[in-house]
Order: sequence, then structure tokens, then C-alpha cells
Amino acid sequence: MPPSFKDTFVELLRRASTQLPQDVTTALREGHAAEIQGSPASNALETILENISLSRRNSTPLCQDTGTNIWHVYHPRTICKTAIEEIIREATAEACQRSYLRANAVDPITNLNTGNNLGQRFPVISFYEWRSSAIRAAVMLKGGGCENVSCQYALPYEPIHAGRDLEGVRRVVLDGVFNAQGRGCAPGIIGVGVGGDRITGMIEAKHQLWRELGDENENPLLSKLEKRLYSECNQLGIGPMGYGGKTTVLGVKVGAIHRVPASYFVSISYMCWASRRACVTIAPSGKLTYHKRVPRYFGCNTPNCKGPSH
Amino acid sequence: MKTIQLPINGNDIQKLRVGDEVQISGHMVTARDMAHRYMTDQWPDWLVPLLRDGAIYHCGPVVSQNNGVYAALSAGPTTSIREEPYAHRVIARYGPRLLIGKGGMGDKTLEAMRQHGAVYIHATGGAASVIAKSIVHIHAVHMLAEFGAPEAFWELEVENFTGVVTMDAHGGSLHRTVREASQKQLFALLGDT
Ligand code: SF4
Repeated sequence: MPPSFKDTFVELLRRASTQLPQDVTTALREGHAAEIQGSPASNALETILENISLSRRNSTPLCQDTGTNIWHVYHPRTICKTAIEEIIREATAEACQRSYLRANAVDPITNLNTGNNLGQRFPVISFYEWRSSAIRAAVMLKGGGCENVSCQYALPYEPIHAGRDLEGVRRVVLDGVFNAQGRGCAPGIIGVGVGGDRITGMIEAKHQLWRELGDENENPLLSKLEKRLYSECNQLGIGPMGYGGKTTVLGVKVGAIHRVPASYFVSISYMCWASRRACVTIAPSGKLTYHKRVPRYFGCNTPNCKGPSH
Repeated sequence: MKTIQLPINGNDIQKLRVGDEVQISGHMVTARDMAHRYMTDQWPDWLVPLLRDGAIYHCGPVVSQNNGVYAALSAGPTTSIREEPYAHRVIARYGPRLLIGKGGMGDKTLEAMRQHGAVYIHATGGAASVIAKSIVHIHAVHMLAEFGAPEAFWELEVENFTGVVTMDAHGGSLHRTVREASQKQLFALLGDT
């Protein structure tokens, strides 16, 4: 008998919390090789790499801040979303009980912790209908420390002469990464959403964080900007943990969505090195596939899109 | 690598300098946002003996409980700058010698450290399983029901807990140095468009 949905989701949360995706680990190794051996920067990366293997081996959370859990669920139109949401919530409480997740849901009025990691819109779940008959669930754990240094600029932004074009985007991203210093647990991954409004722009920035680090942007202008920003952010010298060093960011990923004439937002979502994401596809037969890499698919608008192959 | 055995006195604190890598053993107490408010709103006396010449660790751990015995599974540092409004008063009143966290702190704390003899130690953010390994015992927990697990005061026994001194008792701050250097770089990058 295939495992229940709930067990599958608990397992997905366990993997997300305790196993860092391979692309991020590889980038951290490269960062470690680039730093001067014996420097605080190099030692910090060494500790991080040790932490990655230890967490995987012992099934303990990579970081005690298991963050906001952001779920994306792709589903055929026949599925009941309320039921899936309930199962995700049950799985969340169980994962918390098993110490894969920390009890992270705090009521902002009373400051009381709910104790089971469940709250209002907590976890965050988005549903996307697709044409496949399989269900795919992806979850990202977004830490609070790096969320606190995420930011949003409205262009034009005079203090650094950032106008309404890609050069303006470049300027504010550099400014945002500078302001973050090491506080978002550098080296970070920078998701950028250009355009949209204050909400959709930030959602786009967060969507960018699902991309593999090696993934090339399909838009040649954005691809060029990503590469330039990656190199320039690493010239800032902030380094791992803000100790100074060469590895300030592991990647910069930029997406663009339409804006209204009046607004030009640049939304920057800073993801710490503990960029935790995991994904499973459940076939109608119940067969499970845990993906090594999260396939890209965000409510794609392509006509006749079949979803999963995308 | 320098070793620190807690409790530590003011003289030994003066020997620590920005950039020193340290290994800490002994007793430390976690405290984060709610704990700092509580410490500076209510000034609880019971904390004084736990903190004097000791260490405050900015951390909200993942802890398991088996038959009444607690164990830290994942216990990395949280961002310290949030405690900036409270830390200088906490240092003056409770006399901790080490503040441990991540991201560094501001001028008020730096000045209080200079006056009272304390240093800030940066632990590796996110390296929570490795750090948990150095927590060999949990002595007690306070205010668990009131604050919830992440915000409670956890009394930890640590062995060879590693970190870097990034702010010392002589007014030195690595965070200020890195910020200034990176600002120069930023201006250079923005100047050449
Ligand atoms: S920013 Fe990330 S790595 Fe750092 S403490 Fe928060 S969740 Fe952990």
C-alpha cells in the first residue's frame, strides 16, 4: 500500500528541513575553495558544510529556524483543495512534533506561540491547477533572519540614482545586498522581482528562489544582469556571515512581471545559505517521486501546456 | 584558537580581540526577543546568578523531550541586532561577559561592552546541528509556558562551542570594519555604470 498523503508530506518536510539541495551544497563548496584557508570566512563555510552532512545523517534540522513553510501544490481539477490543505496542516503539526520543524507560529497580538507550527495562513499554501492527473507538492522553508533583510524599492530611487530601467534594478540590488551585510546568514541567494505591485513583485522575487543555481534565465537581458550582479555582489567583500571574504552571494535570480505605468518596484527576497526546498510528485497509482531538483512550473500560461513535462 | 571557560572574569575578557576564534565551555543561557523585553521590563533577580560573568546566547533552539530529559537537536544563533535596544541595559544590570549570536550589534552595545567588560561572539548562522552537538546538557528551562520554546530561557552546558570575536571590550568591531570596506566597494561599483 502506498503511504498516506499525510505521511508523504511529513517525509517531504523532513527532507526539506534536513537535506540541503545539491546545487546549494556545491555552490557552498566552491565558495569554500575560493576563501583564504584558515580565515574566519573559510572556517564558517567549513562549519556550514559539516553541518550539512551532519543534519542529513542525523535527520536534524539544518537550521533551528525552520522558517515560514511555503507550499506550492499542483493538482488536477478533480482534487479537493480543502482536503489537501487539511492534510498539509496535519503533516505540519506532526513534523513539528517529531522535531523536523520548530513551533514557529506566533500570534502577533498576544505574542503567544501556538506550539504546533500552525496558525492563520501558516503554513502558506498556493494551489495551481494543471492538466496532469498527478499531484505535485513543493515546499520551501524561508527563514526569518533572511526575510528581515529582504526589501523593496520604488524606482526612481534618488539616493543612488536608480532610474526605471535595468541599470536602476542593478543599482538597488547592490544597495539591498550591501544593507543586508551578513545578517541574512550570508552567503545568500538573491531573488529579484522586477515590476508588479508591492505584493506580486515580492511573490515573483520568492518564485525566483525555486530556481536551481545553475539555471540560465531564458531572457537574455535578465540572464546578463544576473551574471553581472552575481559577480558584483561578490566584489562587495561582505563574505560568509559578514566576516569579510569573497563569497557574499551564491546566486542572483531575476524575474520580471508587468507593472502599471505609475509604479516600478524592485522586490528583493534574500534567502540565506540554508535554502531549503523539496518536491514530491504523487502519481494516480500512488507512486512517489521525490525530485532531486524542483521542476519549474508556476501556473504556466503556455497554451496546451501539459504541466509536469515542463 | 583561544579557549574560554565560563564563568570568565573581566581581566580575561580584556585579552580577547576582534578576529579571535574561540572555543567556549561551561554554562550559558539562551535569551531572545521576549526574554530581553522581560529582562528590562521586570528586572528579575533570579537571573542575576545565572548571567553574572556568564554568557547570553541569542538562540531559539529545536529541543526534543524524552521522559522529561531535554536535548538540543538544532540550536544555531538568531539575529542579535534585534536586542540592540535592550542589550546595553542587560549588560549593565546582569553582568554577562559574552553575548553570542549572529550579525553583530550596534554602537550602544559596543559602548556598554567597553564600559563593563564584555565581548560579542559570532556563531555560524544556520550551522544548527553542528552547534547542537556542542550542547552536552540542558540544565533547565524557564518561562517555557509563557514564551514558547523558541523564546524561553534555556540553561545550556556547552563544550567547545566555537565562534569568532567580532566585537571586543576595546571598542573594536569587525562588523563596522566590513561595513565600511564594503561601502567603498559599493560606491565604486555604482560610480562606474
Ligand atoms: S537566516 Fe536562514 S540560516 Fe540564518 S538563522 Fe535564519 S533560517 Fe537559519
